[in-house]
Amino acid sequence: MLCLLFFLVTAIHAELCHPDAENAFKVRLSIRSALGDKAYAWDTNEEYLFKAMVAFSMRKVPNRETTEISHVLVCNVTQRVSFWFVVTDPSKNHTLPAVEVQSAIRMSRNRINSAFFLNDQTLEFLKIPSTLAPPTDPSVPIWIIIFGVIFCIVIVAVMLLILSGIRQRRRMSKGPTEVDDTEEKCENTITIENGIPCDPLDTKGGRINDAFLTEDERLTPL
Amino acid sequence: MEKARPLWANPLQFVFACISYSVGLGNVWRFPYLCQMYGGGSFLVPYVIMLIVEGMPLLYLELAVGQRMRQGSIGAWRTISPYLGGVGLASVVVSFFLSMYYNIINAWAFWYLFHSFQDPLPWSVCPLNGNRTGYDEECEKASSTQYFWYRKTLNIAPAIQDGGGVQWGQALCLVLAWLVVYLCTLRGTESTGKVVYFTALLPYCVLIIYLVRGLTLHGATNGLAYMFTPKLDQLANPKAWINAATQIFFSLGLGFGSLIAFASYNQPSTNCQKHAIIVSLINSATSIFASVVTFSIYGFKATFNYESCLNKVILLLTNSFDLEDGFLTASNLEQVKGYLASAFPGKYSEVLPQMKNCSLESELATAVQGTGLSFIVYTEAIKNMAASQLWSVLYFFMLLMLGIGSMLGNTAAILTPLTDSKVISSHLPKEAISGEAGGSSRVQYFVGCPREFESDLKAMTGRTLNWYWKVMWAGVSPLLIISLFVFYLSDYILTGTLQYQAWDASQGQLVTKDYPLYTLAIIGLLVASSTMCIPLVALGTFIARRLQGRGAPPVA
Repeated sequence: MLCLLFFLVTAIHAELCHPDAENAFKVRLSIRSALGDKAYAWDTNEEYLFKAMVAFSMRKVPNRETTEISHVLVCNVTQRVSFWFVVTDPSKNHTLPAVEVQSAIRMSRNRINSAFFLNDQTLEFLKIPSTLAPPTDPSVPIWIIIFGVIFCIVIVAVMLLILSGIRQRRRMSKGPTEVDDTEEKCENTITIENGIPCDPLDTKGGRINDAFLTEDERLTPL
Repeated sequence: MEKARPLWANPLQFVFACISYSVGLGNVWRFPYLCQMYGGGSFLVPYVIMLIVEGMPLLYLELAVGQRMRQGSIGAWRTISPYLGGVGLASVVVSFFLSMYYNIINAWAFWYLFHSFQDPLPWSVCPLNGNRTGYDEECEKASSTQYFWYRKTLNIAPAIQDGGGVQWGQALCLVLAWLVVYLCTLRGTESTGKVVYFTALLPYCVLIIYLVRGLTLHGATNGLAYMFTPKLDQLANPKAWINAATQIFFSLGLGFGSLIAFASYNQPSTNCQKHAIIVSLINSATSIFASVVTFSIYGFKATFNYESCLNKVILLLTNSFDLEDGFLTASNLEQVKGYLASAFPGKYSEVLPQMKNCSLESELATAVQGTGLSFIVYTEAIKNMAASQLWSVLYFFMLLMLGIGSMLGNTAAILTPLTDSKVISSHLPKEAISGEAGGSSRVQYFVGCPREFESDLKAMTGRTLNWYWKVMWAGVSPLLIISLFVFYLSDYILTGTLQYQAWDASQGQLVTKDYPLYTLAIIGLLVASSTMCIPLVALGTFIARRLQGRGAPPVA
C-alpha cells in the first residue's frame, strides 16, 4: 500500500514537474563563477533551502499564505547547476499560474539571491526578468557643479586681467614721463624704414657723454 | 617711431610656445593610426625621412621669416613682395576657420573632463530602458562608450541635413573653451608666454604617468608587439610616403601663420635654426612616445574584449549543454568544442550561429583615429582600469592642454597680423582685438628665397647658412609641397562625390553617406575664400600701384 502511494506521488510529481511543463520555470546557478574558492556544493539540503525560499515568496502573495515547502516541486537537476521547478496548489493536482509565481519571485528576488550569496546574474530564473537597479541620479548633475566652478574662476581671472590693464593704461596716461619697467617688457624703440626694422640701439646700455652736459642746466643766454 | 613690439620674456617661452602649438591632438590620435595602417615600425622610415627633408627646412624657413620680418603673416608676406600679401591673408583666413572648429574639440574635452568626476563613469554603463527590464536599445546594439559619445555628448542627427536643437551642455562648454583661450591671449605674449609653460609640459607629465600605467596593464605587450612589428611591404606603398609627408606638415603646423607670429616676437638675434631643429625633433619624438602609450592601451582593450568574447562563448556552451559551471576554460575550449560537435551534432549546430569567432588579431586590427580614438576607444579602456575616474580626469586634462596649446598658436596667427595692422590697433586696445578672435583651409605655398634673405639670416643669427638648408629650400621642399598639392587635388577630383560618416541609431554603427549639394557648395566656398585671397590681393595691389603711378608724376 505504501509502495503504491509512493509510486503515485512520484508519478504525479513527474507529471507536474518536467522540463517545459506548464507553469514551470528553469533555474540556473553559477556558484563557482560567483564564489570561486568559497563555492559550496549543490546538494539536497540546498535544494530544500531553495524550495523554502520559493514557498516563502509565494506566502507573501495574498491568497497564497498557506503555501508549504512540499508544494514546491524540483526536478531535472543537472551538473550545471540547473533545474526546473513548479509550485502546486494545496490539493497538489494543479500548478499555480506562471504569472503569480513570476510576480512573487520578482518581489522577493533579493531575499532569494542573498540566501545563496548570489546575484541576479549568477542565480538566473529564465523567463523571469529581473528589475534592474536604477542608476543613482543626483538632483543636480555633478558635471554642472564642476563646470560652474571652473567657469566662475575663468570669468574672475578675465575680469582681473582686464581691470588691471585699464588701470595700467590710466596710470600711464596720467604720468607719461614715468616708464613702468615691470609691466612693459621691452622699451627699445625701433625705427622702421621700408617696413624693415633697423637694429635697435641699446639705450639702456648707453653712456652719458659729459661734454654735452653741464652741472646746472641753464638756458644759454642769447 | 613705432611702439615697441612685445617680446618673449626668454627664448624658452618661445620654444615652449612652438612645442605647445605643434604638439597637439594630431600627435596623439593621428600618428598612432598612421603607424598602424602603414606598416607599424616600418612607417618610421618614411616619417623620419620626411621630417629631415620637409619638416625641418620648412619650419626653419617659417621661423626665420617671422623673426626677420618681425610682423605677423600678412605683414611678413607683404614685405617679401607686395603682391604676395594675399598669401598672408589666406593663412589668416585658414587659421580663422581652423580656430572655429578646433575649439569645439576643446569643448568636448571639457565635457568629458567634467563628467569624469562621476562614479561610475557615465560611459561605463548603459542607461535603462523604459520599464527597467533591460538596457536602452541603441546602447545595447552599439557599446556604452559609443552611446555616450553619439547620443549623450553629440546627440547626433541621422544625417547632415537633419537639424537638431541647440545642445546646451555643449554650448556651455564651448563658451568656456573660448573664455579660456581669451584668458590666455588677453595680454599677448605676456599672458601667452606664461601659459605655454603649462600647456607644453603638463601633457608630458600625463603621458609619462600613462606610459607607466599602460605598460603594466594586462595585455599591453600584445598591442606593442602588433604596432612595432614592421611590415616592410608597406614601404612600397606610395600612400605611406604621402601620409608621412602630410603628417609632418600638419603636425608641425606649417603654413598657418602661427609660427611666423610666434617668431615675430623673438629678439632678432635668436638662434632660430637651433630652435627649429629642437622643436621638430621634440614634435616627432612626442608622436612616437604617444603611440607607445596608445598601443599599450590598445593592447589592453583588445585583450580585454577578446577575453570577454571568450567568456561569452564559454557561458553560451555551458548553458546550452548544461556542463558543470567552471569546467570550460579558455585553454580547453577548442577541445571541448570538438567533443561537443561530435557528441551532440544537432544541438551544436543550433548553437553555432550564436557563437562569435573570437580573435585577438581582429580586435587589434580595428584601427581608429581622431575623435573615435580619444572619446570611444580610450574611454572604453579607461572604464576597465582600476580607479578609472583618476585616469579619465588625467587623460582629458592632457587633451585639453594639447588642444589649448594649439589654439594659442591659431589665435596668435590671427591676432598678430591684426595688432600689427595700424588701422585696427590705433583704435582698439589689445583686449578688444583678442576678443574678436575668429576661425581655415589648407594653403600650400611655394616660397622663392631671395639672396637678401640669406644675408639677413646671417646678420640675424651670426652664422652662415648651412648648404643643407639652401638645397632644401631651393629645391626639395617646394617640390614636395607641390607634388603633395597636386596629389590631393587629383585625389579629390578622381573620387568624385565626397562622403562622410553618419551614425545610424537603429543599427548602432557608422554608415557612409554622400554630402548633399548645398554642403558641397559650402565646402567650395570655404576653400575658395582662402585661396582666392592670393590672386585677388595681387590683383588689387597691381591696380593700386597702377593708379598711383598715373596720379603722381613719374619720379626718377
